[in-house]
Amino acid sequence: MLGLNKKDTTLLLVVAVLTLFAPFILNPFPTDSAMAQFNAGYPDLMQRFIIFGIFAIGFNILFGLTGYLSFGHAAFLGVGSYSAVWIFKLFTYNVIPAITLSVVIAAIFSLIIGFVSLRRSGIYFSILTLAFAQMSFALAYSVLSNPKFNLTNGETGLQVYADDPQWFHRDSLPDLPHLFGLSMNSTYTLDVGAWRFDFNAGYYLCAVILMIVFFLAIRIFRSPFGMMLRAVKSNQQRMNYTGLNTRPYTLAAFVISGMYAGLAGGLMAAMDPLAGAERMQWTASGEVVLMAILGGAGTLIGPVLGAGFIKYFENIFSKINDTVLHSWFSFLPDGIEDFMVFIVHPFIGKGWHLTLGLLFMLVVVFLPGGLVEGGQRIARLLKGKKKTPPSDGEDHHPKKPPHVAE
Amino acid sequence: MDAFLLQILNGLDKGSAYALIALGLTLIFGTLGVVNFAHGALFMIGAFCAVTVQRILNLSFETLDLTQKDFLGNPLKIKTPYIESWFGQDIGAAIIDWSVPLAILFAIPIMVLIGFVMERGLIKHFYKREHADQILVTFGLAIVLQEVVKYFFGANPIQTPEPSALRGSVDLGMMIGFQVNEIVYPIWRLVYFFFSVTIIAGIFAFLQFTTFGMVVRAGMADRETVGLLGINIDRRFTIMFGVASAVAGLAGVMYGPLNPPNYHMGMDFLVLSFVVVVVGGMGSLPGAVLAGFMLGILESFASTTWATTTIPGINQIIIYLVAIIILLTRPRGLMGRKGVMED
Repeated sequence: MLGLNKKDTTLLLVVAVLTLFAPFILNPFPTDSAMAQFNAGYPDLMQRFIIFGIFAIGFNILFGLTGYLSFGHAAFLGVGSYSAVWIFKLFTYNVIPAITLSVVIAAIFSLIIGFVSLRRSGIYFSILTLAFAQMSFALAYSVLSNPKFNLTNGETGLQVYADDPQWFHRDSLPDLPHLFGLSMNSTYTLDVGAWRFDFNAGYYLCAVILMIVFFLAIRIFRSPFGMMLRAVKSNQQRMNYTGLNTRPYTLAAFVISGMYAGLAGGLMAAMDPLAGAERMQWTASGEVVLMAILGGAGTLIGPVLGAGFIKYFENIFSKINDTVLHSWFSFLPDGIEDFMVFIVHPFIGKGWHLTLGLLFMLVVVFLPGGLVEGGQRIARLLKGKKKTPPSDGEDHHPKKPPHVAE
Repeated sequence: MDAFLLQILNGLDKGSAYALIALGLTLIFGTLGVVNFAHGALFMIGAFCAVTVQRILNLSFETLDLTQKDFLGNPLKIKTPYIESWFGQDIGAAIIDWSVPLAILFAIPIMVLIGFVMERGLIKHFYKREHADQILVTFGLAIVLQEVVKYFFGANPIQTPEPSALRGSVDLGMMIGFQVNEIVYPIWRLVYFFFSVTIIAGIFAFLQFTTFGMVVRAGMADRETVGLLGINIDRRFTIMFGVASAVAGLAGVMYGPLNPPNYHMGMDFLVLSFVVVVVGGMGSLPGAVLAGFMLGILESFASTTWATTTIPGINQIIIYLVAIIILLTRPRGLMGRKGVMED
């Protein structure tokens, strides 16, 4: 289907089913039950899953395929957000032009930054991208928000005000980002017994876009172009010796992943018409790196899993507090209950970052292939097949291309 | 001329911190070949060593003074630090006053120990992995360390004042023939600068003039051959990791009075000190020191009113801008060696 082989079609279909039925899948617990806090099926969080999924897929096209570790991808996300909000401010709340412009602007930005940064590789490349992103952050935060030329609105963040022109805005249209009149906020709620499911227009817009860009990512992974990028990762020197200029390929990958980031930024603004400079800070770039690695860099589905995983636990863990813990351990004798709460306490609520850091270290140490590799190992265990992984010690062999998606 | 000199002086304290952190990073990278993103966290832990010492010294017991009443009419509670009751009030108060310099003695063993544990427990397993993996695992470690410190010390900055004898400013300009009040400089910044110069000189002397340092330098140049000569180079490199960790920690201890330590100060410095290392050239110790001071001073020049009115925002981007220019014109940084980190 659509030029994919059977396996990829299945993968695409699985992703399509998962995203379309996410409001059901993520809401397994009845609304008023004690477990309801583990539900993730509310629009705001689901939108974030999808948006960061898109961001991570794009990042993975660069990092997973070429091995270039960019530490400045959040800059493109921020630029995308800003351009989308500017469209809202100047022209219309319709999301289509806003998202289109954010992709275009991010592409231009990433072309410039990529052109300069890709002249170096390894850690030098990482530092160059980091430097560019930090510069964008610093400029957006301070200088570009002076009264004479207010492009970013500094600390407050760029938002739409009542006196903005909005030339194409009509009164019949909703006063929020919309798709030809369908407000991104409109939610249809379905009550089934004790369960409540929310179907949000914004979420479904994101979901459809995710499916499209996921399909594009599969095509890129399977194309000769994707092959070339993998060759760059496994041995760039050899590629150069064969007389091939790898720069255009890596630059194309960089721009594509920048466009994905811009798209994510545009969607973020479309869901909530606000853009702040902190979206460009290097911690935000670090987050997408974590997502890609945690899920499995170089695999197709990994980054989406990683994004979902991090965003889910960020939300759920940070909501748990001591009262909830006490109710969990209430079956234990009092002393042990208090002790357990004391032990778990640093890892929840505000301590969620501690859990994230630990988890991340464990994944890098024990599961270099991320969640996808974990899944594969479990699947292998269940099947009972014992395959010894090929040894990778010998330095004089070319490194095996690390975990490319099946 | 005096303004020029003043800007150079103003850049020295930040430059010293950059240089010290970058020196440690380069030591680790040059010896073990590991890109340590947790180095900023070590700097932060050093600063919190000073906080810990200050708290320990201030541990007090309460006594009731029956002759005085507080505002509720109860006997007044008087807190006396144990130190003061043991050593007498004058000596005790002096010890508490000098808690930051004293923390150096406390920080060295702690930081060396942390360095050993980190290297043996975690980083050892990452020598053969890609640089990206090393970056990621140490980044994770940095988050963990940062959160642990936040858990114990809270999210707010904690004041660690310098000894009262070293508080205030000194009129440096007058000593070298300028007018009175033209170049006035805080004493502690001067202390910090000389402290870092001492440490840097100490590290260089250690590497240059001791047998141990010679072996380490040989190992940096060609690890395999040194190993073949029957020298346990791994153990020496572990010790160097401890030393690098102590350098970062000491930089943190003494930085406390300049900027009250908070849990994310490490991350704030980490990014900049990586830029410093790369500008100096990966693996080059003099390069790291040079680039550290250079970028610190440039930052201070860019913060002058003249610079910020000419090019708005230059003070925030100058370091990155310089880094980009240097990396594009000198691929290996200022003093980088050939073949380091170019895969």
